[in-house]
Parts: sequence; C-alpha cells; structure tokens
Amino acid sequence: MTDTPFADPYADIRDAVRQLCADFPGSYWRALDRDHAYPTEFVAALTEAGYLAALIPEAYGGSGLPLAAAAAILEEIHASGGNGGACHAQMYVMGTVLRHGSEAQKAEVLPKVADGRLRLQAFGVTEPTSGTDTGAIRTFARRDGDRYIISGQKIWTSRAEHSDLMVLLARTTPAADCARKTDGLSVFLIDMKAALAEGMSIRPIRTMMNHATTEVFFDDVPVPASTLIGEEGKGFRYILSGMNAERILIAHECIGDARWFLDTATAYAKDREIFGGPIGRNQGVQFPLAKAYAEMRAAALMSERAASLYDAGAPCGAEANMAKMLAADASWAAGNACLQTHGGFGFAEEFDIERKFRETRLYQVAPVSTNLILSYIATHVLGLPRSY
Amino acid sequence: MKVIVPVKRVIDYNVKVRVKADGTGVDLANVKMSMNPFDEIAVEEAIRLKEAGVVEEIVAVSIGVKQAQETLRTALAMGADRAILIVATDDVHQDLEPLAVAKLLKAVVDEEAPQMVICGKQAIDNDMNATGQMLSALLGWSQATFASEVKVEGDSAQVTREVDGGLQTISVKLPAVVSVDLRLNEPRYASLPNIMKAKKKPLEEKTPADYGVDVSPRLTVVSTAEPATRSAGVKVADVAELVAKLKDEAGVL
Repeated sequence: MTDTPFADPYADIRDAVRQLCADFPGSYWRALDRDHAYPTEFVAALTEAGYLAALIPEAYGGSGLPLAAAAAILEEIHASGGNGGACHAQMYVMGTVLRHGSEAQKAEVLPKVADGRLRLQAFGVTEPTSGTDTGAIRTFARRDGDRYIISGQKIWTSRAEHSDLMVLLARTTPAADCARKTDGLSVFLIDMKAALAEGMSIRPIRTMMNHATTEVFFDDVPVPASTLIGEEGKGFRYILSGMNAERILIAHECIGDARWFLDTATAYAKDREIFGGPIGRNQGVQFPLAKAYAEMRAAALMSERAASLYDAGAPCGAEANMAKMLAADASWAAGNACLQTHGGFGFAEEFDIERKFRETRLYQVAPVSTNLILSYIATHVLGLPRSY
Repeated sequence: MKVIVPVKRVIDYNVKVRVKADGTGVDLANVKMSMNPFDEIAVEEAIRLKEAGVVEEIVAVSIGVKQAQETLRTALAMGADRAILIVATDDVHQDLEPLAVAKLLKAVVDEEAPQMVICGKQAIDNDMNATGQMLSALLGWSQATFASEVKVEGDSAQVTREVDGGLQTISVKLPAVVSVDLRLNEPRYASLPNIMKAKKKPLEEKTPADYGVDVSPRLTVVSTAEPATRSAGVKVADVAELVAKLKDEAGVL
C-alpha cells in the first residue's frame, strides 16, 4: 500500500497469511508427513480466518476477491514451508456452482462453504481409463424419474475423505449418440455422506507425498435430479473455466515453493563455512541459485499475467497453461538447487527440503502434465496439427 | 468509553538488524517493517475490552513516515475502529523522540477525549520506554506501566504490573495511561474479511503543524555500533582446571 506504481496490492494479505503460517512450522508438517495425516488444525485456522472463502462473493459470505488474491494466499502458504494441497480446492471448486448452479443451489451451498460448515473440495473428473482425454470418461448417470443412477469409477480424487460435497462429471448421453465426444457430459453436486450410504465407496491411495488422494467407486448410486448443475449435457464446458483457475492457482503454489527453496538455500549458502569461507561465495553454488531465481521471477510474471486476464474475464487458456508449466519447472529447478546446496543435509528430514522436494515434484504431473501443456501450446497457439 | 492506542512502525522482529556504514543508525532501507510487537498487544487488549463491552471505540494513532499507514491498517484489520496518521517526516531513518511523540499524543488526546490510552511499554527499535510515562505527565493522568493484566471497574482500572521480583497490582483512576508488557495477551491475527473491511475504515492524515507541535530533535546520535562478536571459548581438561580458571581468571569464585 505504498504509493509506488508497482506496489503489490495484496501485501497486507500476504503478511497476514505468513503470520498465520508461522504457527505451523516445519515440525508440524514433518509430523503429518510421517503419518500421512491431514493438516486438520491448519485447515481450521485458514477457514476461521476466512482465507478459503476469498473467492466467494460477499453476498454469500465470502470476501469476493479476484483470483489474484487467492493466488497470493496460496503462494504465501507455500513460501512459508507449508502446503495448500489439503484445502486449496475449497477455494475454487465452488466456482462451478457459482457460475453455473441455480440460485437455490448457490443460496444453499455457498454460505456454508464460505464459513466451513460444508467442505466442497472434491472434484471427480479423472478416471483410470481417461486422464486429460475427458471426453472418454465412462462414469454414467442414468436418468430414472426424479433421480439419476450413477455407476462408474473416479481416480486421483483428492480430499474425497475430507469433503462433504463433490463436484462430479459423468456422462449422461452415450458418446456414440453425441456429435462431439465432449458433448453429453453433465455436472452433479454430490452429497458424499448420502452417497456413501447408497453404494459409493472411497479407497485412499498412499503416494510418495502426504496428499489425501483417493479412488471413488459408484455402484448404482441414486442421487436426486436436483443435484444436476446447469443443463444436462453441457458439463464439459462448465468445468473448463474452473480448470484455468486451478492452473493459475497451482502456478502460484509453485512460485511459493520456489521462493521457499531459494530463501532456504541462500540462507544456508551464506551461513555454511568450509575452506575458510561461506559456500555461497563459490559460483558453482551461486549460479544454480541465481538461475533458479531468474526462472522463478519469469514464471511469476506469467502467472500474474494469467491471473489478471482471468480476473478481467479475458481468454487465458494459453497463459494459464504456460504459467503452470513455467512455474512447475521453476520450483523443480529451485528445489534441485536447494538440495544440492545443502549436500547431505538436504536429505535429512529435519531440514524439510526432501519433503518440499517430493511435494513440488507433483506439479510436473498434476493437475495437467507438462507434455499436455506443450501439446496445447503447439496446437492451440502455434496452430500445429494434433498428434492425437 | 473511548480508547486511544498508539502504534509504531518498527523494523520487523525477524529481521537481522544492520548498522549503517556511517554509524548514524540502523539501516532501514528496503527492510521489512511491522507493528511494534508491544503495540500489537496494546491493540489486542483494547479489542478485548471492546468485546467485553467496556470500550465503545478504539482509535489507533501512528506518528512517523507516511508508510505507517500500513501499520494503522493492520491495527484496523485487528479491530480498531478508525485511525489517525501524523506524518512527521518523509525520512524512514528519522526516529521521532519520545517527548515529541508524547506531545503529539497529548494533542490527539485533547481533541479526542478518551478515557484511556493503552500503549506498548516500549518500541523494539530503540527501547526508550518513555513515551507512555511522558504522556501521562503531560496530561496529568494516572499511569500504570508494564501491565500484565488490566481490569476496568467503574471509573478506575486495576492493573497488575510486572515488576522486579514479582507482580504488583495497583488501582488507577481513569482517565489513565496504561503501558503493556509482553505477557498481557496473545494478539490475534487479522482475518481476511477484517483485512478487507479495514481498507474502508476511516484513516485521517495530519501533520505535527496541525497540532502546533515542534518535533525537531533534541538528541544527537554520537555513534551506533554492532555488539562485539562472541570470541571462541576454550576447552578445559578437567574439573580442577575449570575451578582454577573460574577462581583465578574469571574471578567469580
């Protein structure tokens, strides 16, 4: 809030987030990591302080802030050494309901998501036989009077065990009867507790990092027809805008990781003395850090650009994708440089580097893999022919 | 009743302080600045008194550079109702002396007519520990310094003070100046909705001239130096040598 034209409009929010995160130091995250446990206290503190409701309009009990503010919040969580993956979806999954839900659905759900009474942070899209090829999903919702009967399977559904509601994408018209295979898909807002009692089951998947991800099975699960969001058959379009938001937010988490790695590595390189001086005076140590810093800043510029386009309602598919790829590459490079700078200590759990290293590796793969971003740029931006 | 809480923008307590090369002071250029931690405790106490129904309005006041409006916004985000910023200098390295600050605060108090001023016992940048006491003298009000507990009952306040060797509880007549110590409370952090609300709360900007107060320095800084670095210790072979060294070299036995 200084008068310079380049002042960060969210400096105050960033400060407050860092203050909150200071109560959840490395030891907190290490203990959770060891047990693959959910950061319940951290999520409660973020919820109570209103951060997870940043994007929900004030009329529904949120702060009605632009995506850039949510991005700043997640970036600071990661720059503080924590991880937003346990709850970042509570910020943006509601976007599908907000943009495409009925007034009744919004009034019922959004205020409760805003104050945390309802956790809406599960997003069931990916299936074992269809990743980015969303049109190929097989989970089917068959209309039966005033309800739909859902059968099928989802995978990599994060936080399903820590969510009261799930936004689910299912086919409602067989692909064979559709002009395009992205037609005939619909979005449902599933009450997890009710569905669990009627044939839905959740199986957690243990991964190389502490991330609560699962497989979800639907065995002829009946859901009321009123759970349909928007119009039947238009679901693919509904989830697309949410994906850009997700990529921009994840890009900022990567920037946060990169900042943490660089802060940690720089402090160590200044402090650690060998052969009569700090290791940071050696260019072999300096240059990888300097390069990672430049890459982080460049990625941050693209991420900020993508967020401003999104907030202005302008098309941002290319920028959101590029931001996510560049930021994920930057955090990975910074992580690698940080680990190398620390030598053996980088492998010791108590330095948190190996944990952050495992965590940031995910972003080369999720929520969309680097190759598919390159393919998007090649075909959508450069106009090259599709390979698939 | 109304409460005034003065808040100071100081170097963040996490920042490693560096002395300027010319020895005129501490380097504050491009350094993270925050609210003085004792002032945060003062703001928190005022908010708790408001939540308890004792206080109706909290006015945060900061005196210094224009950037102190960020410090005031923090106070507003925590729960202060409005703020007054007295821009006394545009040089981040110029520290106002306690007497000038106390005179300005007196002028604000004369205008606002609060029943209490709750302030931090000292600022962590220069540790003067003087402004609260000077203010109470200028106003002719009671003072209770180093508070670790504050209870307001009718027209007086019971204040427990942290003194050498223990706790002392005194009763002061209102209006009073209360300076707060570290263990009084644990300040809350601002929530996102309150940070957003704070942007819309009134923040009035003034200058010392508006109050007719001369803030020109009366003290001269002769030199500023970093503390001597610790020199390496020595290993002793056995208890006998340790005792001998404590006796003959350190002279503590």
